[in-house]
Order: sequence, then C-alpha cells, then structure tokens
Amino acid sequence: MEMDWICGAHRWWAHRAGRRGFPAGNGRIMGASGIIGGLVDGSGWHNAAERLIFLAGVIVVPILLLPFFKGGVDTHATSNVAVLIAAGVLVGLGTRIANGCTSGHGVCGISRLSLRGIVATVFYILAGGLTIVLFRHILGVI
Amino acid sequence: MQRLFLSLLSGGLFGAGLFVSGMTDTTKVQGWLDVFGNWDPTLAFVMGGALVPMFVAWRLTKGRRPLVGGDFPAEPRPEMDHRLIAGSVLFGMGWGLAGLCPGPAVASLSYNGVAGFIFVGAMLFGMLVAPKAGRQLDWLAARV
Repeated sequence: MEMDWICGAHRWWAHRAGRRGFPAGNGRIMGASGIIGGLVDGSGWHNAAERLIFLAGVIVVPILLLPFFKGGVDTHATSNVAVLIAAGVLVGLGTRIANGCTSGHGVCGISRLSLRGIVATVFYILAGGLTIVLFRHILGVI
Repeated sequence: MQRLFLSLLSGGLFGAGLFVSGMTDTTKVQGWLDVFGNWDPTLAFVMGGALVPMFVAWRLTKGRRPLVGGDFPAEPRPEMDHRLIAGSVLFGMGWGLAGLCPGPAVASLSYNGVAGFIFVGAMLFGMLVAPKAGRQLDWLAARV
C-alpha cells in the first residue's frame, strides 16, 4: 500500500540530477524499473548511492518483517526456468523501452493523470491478460 | 546525508508495502491479470490504495517546493510513441508469464528462492540490452 512513496522518493533525485546538468534526470519521475535500470545501463550512475540505498531498503525491510509472518510467505513463483528467464528478459526490456513499470507508469503516472502513464498501464495489463489466456488457458504452461 | 536517509526510508516503505499487500504473490498477480478468465480483483485495492494518497500528494505539490530543495517534476508529457506502446506490451507479457514486476521482484529476493534470482538476473540482462533494442525499434518504426 505504500507504493506511492516511490514517487516522492524521486522528486528530489530528479531535480538534483537536473541541477547538475544530467538530462536523464531532469524533471522526470522514476519508479522501480527506472531506479534499477539506471544502475544497469549507466544512465543513473551520477546518483548511484541514492539508488542503491533505496534498493537496500526495498530488500532489507521484508527480511525484517518476515519473522512476524508465521508460516512464512510464499510467492508461488514458477519453478520453470525457461518461463522465468523469458519473463525476466521481457520485463527488463519492456519497462526500460517504455520508460516505466507498475510503479512509474501505474502508480506515479496515473495518480498525476499522465496520459502516457494511463496508456502504458492499459497496454501492459491487456498484454498480461492475453498472455495469461494464451499460456494458462490455451497452452497450459503457467 | 538527508537524501540518503530519505532514500532508505522510501525504499523501506516501498518494500514493506509490496511485502504486506500481496504484490509479491505471483498467484495473486496472475489472478489479477486473468481478466478474461478467473479474475481476482483484490490487487485493484492495492493499486487504488496507492493511487488515492498519491493523487492527493501531487495536488499538495502545487505551489510548494520539496523539503530537500530543487523543484517537483515538470507536468506530464502528453506525447505517445512507439516506445511507450511496444515496451508496455513486452513488459505486460513478461509480467503475465511470471507474475513479477521490477519492484516486487526485488522486494521478494530474500524469500523467493532460486526462482527470484533467475528472474532478477534475466531482468537485469533485459535492462542492459534495452537501450540497443530501443534504437532498433526506432529504426524499425521509422520505416513503417
């Protein structure tokens, strides 16, 4: 439910980058894919420390919360390695080409009534829905 | 220092929210995406629960400045392009296949086993080659 904080987190990264003359961060909004992707392709190395410490928070807090959930937490993730690799590559490629994912386009974009965010969200939910139809209901792979 | 602390706080809250809300449960995510089949609408409340306070937050930024200096982001850009559409379709396909998107994939690294590392590894590879793939897409789009 706290997904919204990610948008807030980036307001000052965005302006900070802009002030220093990095066009990539100038007045832009970032979500999870932007934070990670910028570290991977080098476009976000100028504020790598902030990105890394953000990601550390994302990873460490669930570890701290785990003991409070008796019986553990199951992600029900598939064990099909081919599906995991194909899905991972598609998610990495797609979110960086579209410049956003569920948090960036979905939460941050829609909440400020960005047409790009709304259109992106409609397309990725439709594509996800059709993928489920094909791979679950027709092919029975997932 | 203030920025680093706020980064940690924001990341921690984001991770806690994804963990508690069920966004890292691939069964729930795939159920939510199964709009043409056995649709599970519960994640709409997570999305809605994130959208409502954020909508209010954006309103509050009007006429104000961030606590740590600088400016809030510019107004949203209106233009659509082939990158937005094609990228979103690719992302949606991957999201549907595994039920994981970037935030939850990272948040669940500690309890998602080997599957989580395989997915995130593949995702990082996708992100690494995305700039090149994006340029190929531009090249194609210019010829359509």
